[in-house]
Amino acid sequence: MKHEWPLWEVFIRGQHGLNHRHVGSLHAPDAEMAIKNARDVYTRRNEGVSIWVVEAAHITASSPSDKGPLYEPSESKVYRHPTFFDIPDEAGHM
Amino acid sequence: MTDQTALFEFLLRLGDNTLVLGHRVSEWCGHAPVLEEDIALANIALDLIGQTQMWLGLAGEVEGAGRSADDLAMLRDVWDFRNLLLVEQPNGDFGQTLMRQCLFDAFHVELLTDLTHTSDDRIAAIAAKALKEVTYHLDRSSETVIGLGDGTEESHRRMQTALDLLWPYVGEMFTLDAVDEAMHTAGIAPDLTALRSRFDARIDTILTEATLTKPDSAFAQSGGKTGFRHTEHLGHMLTQMQWLQRAYPGATW
Repeated sequence: MKHEWPLWEVFIRGQHGLNHRHVGSLHAPDAEMAIKNARDVYTRRNEGVSIWVVEAAHITASSPSDKGPLYEPSESKVYRHPTFFDIPDEAGHM
Repeated sequence: MTDQTALFEFLLRLGDNTLVLGHRVSEWCGHAPVLEEDIALANIALDLIGQTQMWLGLAGEVEGAGRSADDLAMLRDVWDFRNLLLVEQPNGDFGQTLMRQCLFDAFHVELLTDLTHTSDDRIAAIAAKALKEVTYHLDRSSETVIGLGDGTEESHRRMQTALDLLWPYVGEMFTLDAVDEAMHTAGIAPDLTALRSRFDARIDTILTEATLTKPDSAFAQSGGKTGFRHTEHLGHMLTQMQWLQRAYPGATW
């Protein structure tokens, strides 16, 4: 399938959301058509007010097999969570 | 011709264009070359059918004979349709469909733009709503025409073939008749001659970018918007579109 269009990852900011969220991917010949395709595929039901697309090839992802060295060390480091402070009453709820 | 009759005819033209083209485009559903285009075409078809409901709904009101948009869409035969010959032309290949779409969209955008400041508030309101949809249609179809025209040798050849095939149907969009003149005098319909020059400017830019050659001919097929003589394709299309009402008259759900 070497003639297939490149894959694009689509990020959409919802009506009330603050951040763009990854919603899926699609194929398109270029960035502009990717935006249009994203509009047609992912915003048909009024889901978004802003679209980002990025060619999937440009995303560098961490490898699932590195899960151990990457993430497990932080599991035992409870002191990184700010749960050991007494919050003064005047500060209110945080 | 009374203004009321002319207005009814004028609205039928608007509604039949969107109905027939909407149905044509919907024929791609499940058949488009890629999923993204399939959904995009279905969206466009649905936009056009939605516009049809508004135009034919208003046409039924203006006629005052108790006919609904559904009645007008499903219970008329070929000779009652007032759409341009361009929109009833078969889909052909994907390039031909997009060329047809682009030619119509370029006209449609200009027409709706003018109709947003027409003297009839109901027409202006429908046009304003439709214009947003159609602006996107043109954006998409023109970009695809450019991409395919200025693409590979094969895509270029197919787009040029489509343009040569469809160009004779462009002239009908701007051919004036008694209905157009009555509506123009009433302050409803735009000046089609001025509209043509804006259409030409748009299309010239698109075709140049698409490296396509506009046929050097002003010959225009006619008979669609007057209903005088449709091409043979419309009747076949209606047998599909109106199948349910023909097989089960009055069926509802």
